[in-house]
Amino acid sequence: MSTILKSAAIAGAFATALAAHATSASADEMAQEKCFGVSLAGENDCAAGPGTTCAGTSKVDYQGNAWALVDAGKCAMIELPAMADGTARMGSLEPLERDLPMDS
Amino acid sequence: MLDQTRSPLPPLPGVGFKPQHYLDLLDDSAPVAWLEIHAENYMGAGGRPIAMLRHLAERFPISVHGVGLSIGGDGPLDPAHLARLRALCDWLHPASFSEHLAWSTHESAFFNDLLPLPYTAATLTRVSNHIDQVQEVLGRPMLLENPSSYLAFKESEMAETEFLAEVSRRTGCGLLLDVNNVFVSAVNLGLDPRAYVEAFPLEKVGEIHLGGHDEDADDAGRPLLIDSHGRQVADPVWSLLDHVLARSGPRPLLIEWDTDVPDWPVLAAEASRAASALERIPA
Amino acid sequence: MSSGASPVAQATFREALLRPDAAVPEGLGDGHGGPAGRRFAVYRNNVAVGLTDAVLEGFPTLRALLGEEALRAIAAPFLRAHPPSSPLMFRYGAALPAFLDDFAPLAHLEYLPDVARLDLALRAAYHAADATPLDPARLSELPPEALAGARLTLAPALRLLRSPWPLYQIWQLAHHDGPPPQARAEDLLIARPAFDPQVYLLPPGGAVFLQALARGAPTAEAADAASAETPAPDLPAILGLLLQGGALTDMELPR
Repeated sequence: MSTILKSAAIAGAFATALAAHATSASADEMAQEKCFGVSLAGENDCAAGPGTTCAGTSKVDYQGNAWALVDAGKCAMIELPAMADGTARMGSLEPLERDLPMDS
Repeated sequence: MLDQTRSPLPPLPGVGFKPQHYLDLLDDSAPVAWLEIHAENYMGAGGRPIAMLRHLAERFPISVHGVGLSIGGDGPLDPAHLARLRALCDWLHPASFSEHLAWSTHESAFFNDLLPLPYTAATLTRVSNHIDQVQEVLGRPMLLENPSSYLAFKESEMAETEFLAEVSRRTGCGLLLDVNNVFVSAVNLGLDPRAYVEAFPLEKVGEIHLGGHDEDADDAGRPLLIDSHGRQVADPVWSLLDHVLARSGPRPLLIEWDTDVPDWPVLAAEASRAASALERIPA
Repeated sequence: MSSGASPVAQATFREALLRPDAAVPEGLGDGHGGPAGRRFAVYRNNVAVGLTDAVLEGFPTLRALLGEEALRAIAAPFLRAHPPSSPLMFRYGAALPAFLDDFAPLAHLEYLPDVARLDLALRAAYHAADATPLDPARLSELPPEALAGARLTLAPALRLLRSPWPLYQIWQLAHHDGPPPQARAEDLLIARPAFDPQVYLLPPGGAVFLQALARGAPTAEAADAASAETPAPDLPAILGLLLQGGALTDMELPR
């Protein structure tokens, strides 16, 4: 593809995306500024992760047996064959590591 | 030496901030006059936690309460964590910074609990040196909180009150008196909570904590109280608070409720009870 | 108070803390002249229950898939092998995907490590730095050649996950009762338009396009990379997700 054609194709892609975005975006914008206290669309704040504690607990640690518990939840509904090439592609995730290194 | 009777926090009720109470606080915060946060939950780069805190800090004096510095740790303080605390205090300008007489990190493993210390000369030196370092890095005095104890170290050489008084004398730090912790430790270790209060250097107290505890029992069937922060403050703890306030005068009073966090009205009612305690201080 | 009694080093305390079968250190007492006994278990429970709760809170998708009891059973050995390495608890669990890779009882659920990575990515996005999205008008004003040469800056909250598993469908099943996932590889974009991270399924070529942008490649080069991977990448759809997610924050134009 020539440079000019390619530029036109990219400009076309942007134009389409921008037009679609313009029709959907304005509705959200007003709600965003004051929404610290309530999560959007009924989703709870589950992405926040755990916090600290300075309290103790009277709950007792119970070490369950993972061998006895498998497939109890929704994972029982997931039946996936081995990968098409017959191998599990381990570690193939390629996260973009950004400003927040996730140490444990 | 620091005069903690002029605490930058108002001598009024405050609560430990929970994000689920954000809108309630903006709507009607009475009788809560100030908020406390755990420093470590606001050390991300941005997002909702920081945005909320920035907004709340425009309305309320904020007390930053650290739970992860491991001031009693037998290794050095984590310089990266000190730098994070400094950065938080630099933008937030909190009214107060406090931490615990405890350890929580050992060789870079953090246990997310306040672990106990023996009260010995060696511990006293180590804790005092760490507090000197914290106050130097932060450029401000800090408050050190008495722990809840579930057991005792046989090697301890002095009482907790003596230990805390000496740390404060050496470092100039103020003290955070957790009245529930006093009660929990006294019951667990067979001590007299009022005697503890009378031995405590109350003039150094810049803040008082109140929280609920659970009741359990030890191997011998003796009561074992656990500082769970998961219910209302117990009646004998309110009585002990009166005993403290009659001697100390008004102080900032914090309600801590960290597990099974209730709806706002329940927490506000606890804060109202703290307000009443302040009002009935004998003249 | 008996000075000279056996001191308890923090290393000893720590050792006994994480091993329920270990003896309670001798220098600890009950304050009544007896041994500490089950009083020591208060600290054991504080640590084990606290870190177990942190795993439950930190991995909501794993929890939804496995159920609470199973995730607790994973947390028990995990927290002992990998206690937090920082007091920033919202970062806890970075070692869980690799731990699950080798966790024999659930070895047949091969997609679990990727689910854990998704939960971690959502958390990272939640706490990432704020950034004002690029004003779309700045893009629409540009002539085609300038757009093709523009280098787009990605928001700090943006995360990309490429999975050999249908990770998006699995996430839908876990949180939105989606249908049973169909086998295929899926690439996910995580972005944070305001304060809540969103999960988007990337069209084919989208991940390669984003990786090129992240390297600082101009849009034309990123489009080439996407075309090299998939015949006709849906660039408007990919760009639409980036705009929707507030994932573009700035651009640098060719001179």
